[in-house]
Amino acid sequence: MLLRKSLISGSLIFFSAGSFPLIAQAQESPYFVAYDHYLEEPGNLEIEYFSTYGTQRGGNDFHSFWTEFEYGATAWWTTELYLDGQTTFGDSTIFTGLRWENRVRPLKQEHFINPILYVEYEHKNGADKILKEGEGHDVEADFLTPNAVARQERINELELRLILSSTFKGWNFTQNTLAAKDLSNSPWEFGYALGASRPLALKASAKRCTFCRQNFIGGVEMYGGLGYRHHFGLHDTSHYAAPVLGWNLPSGWTLRISPGFGLNDNSHQFLLRWGVSREISGFGTMVGRLLRGRR
Amino acid sequence: MKIRAASLHLGTLLFASSFFSTVEGQQRGKSAPPQSSKPEPVYAEIGKAPERARARRNPLEKDPEAVAAGRILFGQRCAECHGDSAEGGKKGPSLRAVEIRNAEPGAIFWILTNGVVRKGMPVWSKLPEPQRWQLVSFIKSLGTASTNDDRGALRP
Repeated sequence: MLLRKSLISGSLIFFSAGSFPLIAQAQESPYFVAYDHYLEEPGNLEIEYFSTYGTQRGGNDFHSFWTEFEYGATAWWTTELYLDGQTTFGDSTIFTGLRWENRVRPLKQEHFINPILYVEYEHKNGADKILKEGEGHDVEADFLTPNAVARQERINELELRLILSSTFKGWNFTQNTLAAKDLSNSPWEFGYALGASRPLALKASAKRCTFCRQNFIGGVEMYGGLGYRHHFGLHDTSHYAAPVLGWNLPSGWTLRISPGFGLNDNSHQFLLRWGVSREISGFGTMVGRLLRGRR
Repeated sequence: MKIRAASLHLGTLLFASSFFSTVEGQQRGKSAPPQSSKPEPVYAEIGKAPERARARRNPLEKDPEAVAAGRILFGQRCAECHGDSAEGGKKGPSLRAVEIRNAEPGAIFWILTNGVVRKGMPVWSKLPEPQRWQLVSFIKSLGTASTNDDRGALRP
């Protein structure tokens, strides 16, 4: 019931975004897991839907999905709300939880390496399969538990990241180090994400166009777990490498796709991710007007 | 269970308060527009550009397409804050002001690259360098507020 309500309301909000008059053309990074140092523009709301199809050895393949509401609170602070769900084929479709994420830019100016501090609170159940990060000793076999059993496990997790990102000659290079802790007295778990990307053309065209090379950003990302506090390292961890491609349309929509490949026997062999997002500029101002009853 | 519910409520409240505090801030900004007779403090940021940055020349200065490309980029990225005709908007100052006219291209490029993060202007280094220079070309091509030669023609 909750899942149905969330999906319906999420879809309504997402598709109603199409009716907003002030659509900004986003220059979104193509990453799915890694973060760079660019925050949402202040007052803008970006509504995003992402999907992951994953293969599962010894069990049924799955399709996980999440909706993000990303809001630029200030030029140095972006806050995001996520709603997550998954379908395991031959099993069921369930809502798996929500997450609240904040990214803060501590330095005023651009440097060669730009740090971003990331804090996320996750309220989810054990059936979560979005694979938005690699941490601890998470391995493919963890996903074999049937949804009815896995959803009984409640997880309240705090995730911290240090994002170090750099842009050089049109390339973006980013490195995320993450530490996550289940608040129910579990040890800290660690993980990483790396990314590199570049627009296919650096100069903008003098004509408004949809298929210009500057609208496409290609790259690659890699992510995985690094064990936990008492057992740090690569032993019994999963790792992925994934080419990524983003297409920023002049209409304000962004499309992303990424086929991901497991790099060891603990990883899912194949993950196909795709996403669609739309940025609404001046959303904060519009809501302010609505609340104050003014035009 | 109660702790979980409480933390969820707290999270939702914090998210909502961050959103509404920003909205309120924008509304405050709206109710008190900057006086045109007074120099806006935000222009002082241009003066903070280091000497080395100011000395940089626009590599696309002689590119005949730079202004046209910059105009499109401006409509997509900047018009929301600085106004469709760059005359200034709710959040950003006029780019037709004399301070901008007199600024070195390198200083404008530096502002685009670094933003004025504490005052609401985001960092635009996510645009590749050539695109930032195209924006500089366009901004430098603008007339002053009185000439309005490009007024109303910026939205792509």
